[in-house]
Amino acid sequence: MPARRNRLCAFLIILMPEETPVIAFADVSLSIDGQRLVGPLDLLVGRGETIVLLGHSGSGKTTTLRLINRLLDPSTGTVSVEGVDTAEWDPVQLRRRIGYVIQEIGLLPHMSVSHNVGLVPRLSGWPSDRTEARVNELLTLVGLDGSEFRNRLPHQLSGGQRQRVGVARALAADPPILLCDEPFGAVDPVTRADLQHEFKTLVRRLQKTVVFVTHDVREAMVLAHRIVVMEAGEVKFAGTVEAFRSDATPAVRSLQQLA
Amino acid sequence: MSFLDYLVRNRIDVLFRSAEHLGMVALSSLVAVAIGVPLGVMISRRARFRGPVLAVANIFQTIPSLALFGFLIPIPLIGGIGARTAIIALVVYALLPVIRNTYAGITGVDPAVRDAARGLGMTDRQILRIVELPLAMPVILAGIRVAAVIGVGIATIAAAIGAGGLGTFIFRGLSMVDNRVILTGAIPAALLALLVDGLLHRVERRLDWREKQ
Repeated sequence: MPARRNRLCAFLIILMPEETPVIAFADVSLSIDGQRLVGPLDLLVGRGETIVLLGHSGSGKTTTLRLINRLLDPSTGTVSVEGVDTAEWDPVQLRRRIGYVIQEIGLLPHMSVSHNVGLVPRLSGWPSDRTEARVNELLTLVGLDGSEFRNRLPHQLSGGQRQRVGVARALAADPPILLCDEPFGAVDPVTRADLQHEFKTLVRRLQKTVVFVTHDVREAMVLAHRIVVMEAGEVKFAGTVEAFRSDATPAVRSLQQLA
Repeated sequence: MSFLDYLVRNRIDVLFRSAEHLGMVALSSLVAVAIGVPLGVMISRRARFRGPVLAVANIFQTIPSLALFGFLIPIPLIGGIGARTAIIALVVYALLPVIRNTYAGITGVDPAVRDAARGLGMTDRQILRIVELPLAMPVILAGIRVAAVIGVGIATIAAAIGAGGLGTFIFRGLSMVDNRVILTGAIPAALLALLVDGLLHRVERRLDWREKQ
């Protein structure tokens, strides 16, 4: 197993030549109460790249994601963001450089759309006129009419609209990295397809580095530069969408059938 | 002379006692909020204090009010005869609903919301101020309302230790065996309780994010 892991690592390093990876997992594992939740993980994410962590629930995708913005700390190994070990980052500063989109519940239910979107800029001490301008810009960017939506509360939006607001909020302070945890999990299939395509266009245009968690194989194939298949806390496969299609590993096989 | 005649004849006195009564309740409720809300927040953060804090507040609640007033009289500094002692007793009774509801309100905030807030880079203080307290506000206010209404009732007994309030009429009526005098204290006290309940209920709705728009 370690030999294969090293090969995998080497392969990933070749994919991203000169630049330091934006996110790097080096022999990371996380155990809670003696039980290993994820690991060992070795993973490099390059600038502007979209990585999709794909797997069934309980496979450790979300846990892996939360190690990046230090909502969790690894038990062994190091996670680095922009070349710096997350243990050395001030967690608050780190998180403000990383947009975070989770299922619809992530919007603060007592705040209007504009307050939700402008949250991180306000926390970072932007002047209010600049925040306002940024909120309008972002709502337009995610395809929402600001004058119509800015004063609504999250529960007054449709599922798809809430996701758009979630994406807008994550982009608010223009973070170089976006972490997405099944952001489109709770919307209907048609809206979901729209959101996926718009999201993909948007993050590629803005050159964001994205780590995206999903259990939806098609979603993974639409969005990813590279797919990382996880099972029982371990990486079973990592490669391009093309490689994913033709891979013969059992874990990948069972997912291919779902596409 | 009917009860109403008696009430009208003593209206200035009734108004004065009502103000005194309301003053005791308002002051004790404020103190209870100042102590209870931070305590409620604290036990929502540190689980090991939860049991002891709630147990103590619970025990306070079970002490019969007349007995508590009596117990407080001989205690130096906080005891003695008068309104100060009464206010301390009222604070003791108001603590449980305030602490318990603050705790319930904060622990009732959806963990996913708290998690999202943390993921956005909020500090613990910011999460408390911007997310948890506003979301818990309806529940906290309901606790304060319960505390204040209980306070209006208990404050009638404060007259027993010379603290004034509408209980003055009740105790006077009891010793005179005159129902009119008792009612002159009891009915305004009941109305006061309803008034406080109604007012705080409106504040509650005003501050409830779910009622917006």
